[in-house]
Amino acid sequence: MLDFVQQLVSGVALGCVYGLIALGFVLVYKATEVVNFAQGDLMMLGGFFAFTFIGMMGLNYWVGFAAAVAAMALFGMLAERVVVRPILGYPQFSIIMATIGLGYFLRSVAGMVWGTDDFKIDTPFSQGVLRIGSLVLAHDKLSVIAATVILCALLWLFFNKTTLGTAMRASSENMLAAYYMGIPVKRVVSIVWAISAAVATCAGVLLAPITFIHSNVGLVLGLKAFPAAVLGGFGSIPGAVVGGVLIGVIESMAGFYLAEGWKDVAPYIVLLAVLLLKPEGLFGLHVRKKV
Amino acid sequence: MRFLFKTDYEDDIRLFPHSGYIVSYGLLLAVLLIAPYVLSSYLMSQLVFVCIYATVGVALLILTGFTGQASLGHAAFLAIGAYTAAYLQKYNVPFPVYFLAAGALTGLIGALVGFPALRLQGIYLVIATISFAFIVEEILARWESVTNGNEGMRVKAVSLLGVTVSRDSPTFYFICLAVLVLTIVGTLNLLRSPTGRAFVAIRDSETAARSMGINVALYKVKSFAISAAITGFAGVLFAHKLSFISPEMFTLQLSIEFIIVILIGGTFSLHGAVLGAIFIVMIDPFLTYLKDDMPGIIAGVAATFGAGSATAGNIQSKVAAFASLNGLKGAIYGIIIMLFVLFEPLGIYGRWLKIKLFFQLFPLYKRATFKRQKIYVKSERNR
Repeated sequence: MLDFVQQLVSGVALGCVYGLIALGFVLVYKATEVVNFAQGDLMMLGGFFAFTFIGMMGLNYWVGFAAAVAAMALFGMLAERVVVRPILGYPQFSIIMATIGLGYFLRSVAGMVWGTDDFKIDTPFSQGVLRIGSLVLAHDKLSVIAATVILCALLWLFFNKTTLGTAMRASSENMLAAYYMGIPVKRVVSIVWAISAAVATCAGVLLAPITFIHSNVGLVLGLKAFPAAVLGGFGSIPGAVVGGVLIGVIESMAGFYLAEGWKDVAPYIVLLAVLLLKPEGLFGLHVRKKV
Repeated sequence: MRFLFKTDYEDDIRLFPHSGYIVSYGLLLAVLLIAPYVLSSYLMSQLVFVCIYATVGVALLILTGFTGQASLGHAAFLAIGAYTAAYLQKYNVPFPVYFLAAGALTGLIGALVGFPALRLQGIYLVIATISFAFIVEEILARWESVTNGNEGMRVKAVSLLGVTVSRDSPTFYFICLAVLVLTIVGTLNLLRSPTGRAFVAIRDSETAARSMGINVALYKVKSFAISAAITGFAGVLFAHKLSFISPEMFTLQLSIEFIIVILIGGTFSLHGAVLGAIFIVMIDPFLTYLKDDMPGIIAGVAATFGAGSATAGNIQSKVAAFASLNGLKGAIYGIIIMLFVLFEPLGIYGRWLKIKLFFQLFPLYKRATFKRQKIYVKSERNR
């Protein structure tokens, strides 16, 4: 039983990271219907930025964290301006390919700049543990869970309660109509990319004590975040996090109770099952077909 | 310029619209046939890879280019073909038999993948095919009694009619070339048959195709099966060419390379598959060239423009350090993909058509002829 709870907590913590990456997918998808295959690489880059600020320049953890988030938000805007905006409105496949190319580019550039070693960021939570009875919970995992809950709540409020959030939802429904209504669609899109890069950075920094940062971490985790986003229903903010947590728990349970090898494929088997049985996901909207 | 007067439906679907085609393709074939006696063994080896990649490219074009079903899982089909060949070869099955068996098995699995894919579109299909490829990769790594797990399998040379064909011999190249040519001709014939027309109709509008009485589900599954089977054939040749296969060769990276093949070549014509394959395969020799010769050349240029020998040496070592950076290939891939998507969405073949049209219409060429239409209304989700 104790093993089970322990696995559950580490699964939830891992799942929260998947959820945070999936949140980035969902934000971009919600606003522009672009699926950003480079989301995991944005996370990786955010982690490296934070490592540069905290580990190499010796800034305070929180200051470095904030600086990395700000830098990545700018970078997200830049990426949107250069790669995505010229091809908005073209078939989805072109945009997917463009973001795959962006991911390739970021991965190799990060490998060139920071090398291919694993990096670790010292955080205030790296050491401590929380003991409840005989249950031992590491602070770094708890910090991921807490941060995910906070970020998710903030984003949900932002999308549902603020004018800018409403504008984003409107432009996701129909970009042209939103434009006619006076919504500055281009600015909205670049803000969405900034937010999604910032969320990715949070994921990267929080992940650093758990799996370390290396130039391929984005590819590995980014691909695991797809099942999370699909399970939650592409386009739902709570769905992304719930999906991420479910995938994380399934993965760590499969790793603990099933034979070797199941751990890596379990998320994808779940993904295929969801796509076959309930393609709109747990929280997705069912859209009627129109001709 | 040449005007083709079509008086009959048959004129419209002819394999060779006019005699020029026969002459130019005949010349190309002749050049390809004498190539092994002229080119160096390294270039021949690359040419074999071009044939294999182009075959996969054609397969992917049938599915993605003509039926409109994107797939990022073709490395898995290639792996299934390759492993079938390696496994059957252990039991002394002759080459023609396991060649066909690999294609048949891969086609069957392709059809099985096609059924679930019926309900999926766009991004969901891409994700589903990625997942399928991951699962296949994991099965190959774990099913040790058949696939030998992560240790991989050795593949012996092809033995055809009692003769052993080494993987570097001209005969092996001719086998690959024959498979490529047969695939291309077969695909061209497929595309002018009712089946191919149905594929294109489904790509352009599924709803319209359905209302014209096309059984969309059936044709999608067919498209998956055909595409997978051709990839399976290519997989057999791939296994023989490498002579050793292991699961980590058939990763997402390879699937993305196949997509790059058709993206760079052009997704609307079979020429694209071949041009894209040449491009992808020749990146490696190009990088080697960049590493070995480029620093010297740049230093030489710098020296002729008056830089001192110390400066030139400095430049040479800097360029050499840059060219041998670890991730350079990935960065070049990334930049190439982005540049093509942004600036040349029709690919190399599209560029060729534009140049050709420019000279045909000489003073009257308009850029807008090839302009893509942007659709800002969110259609993909509601389609």
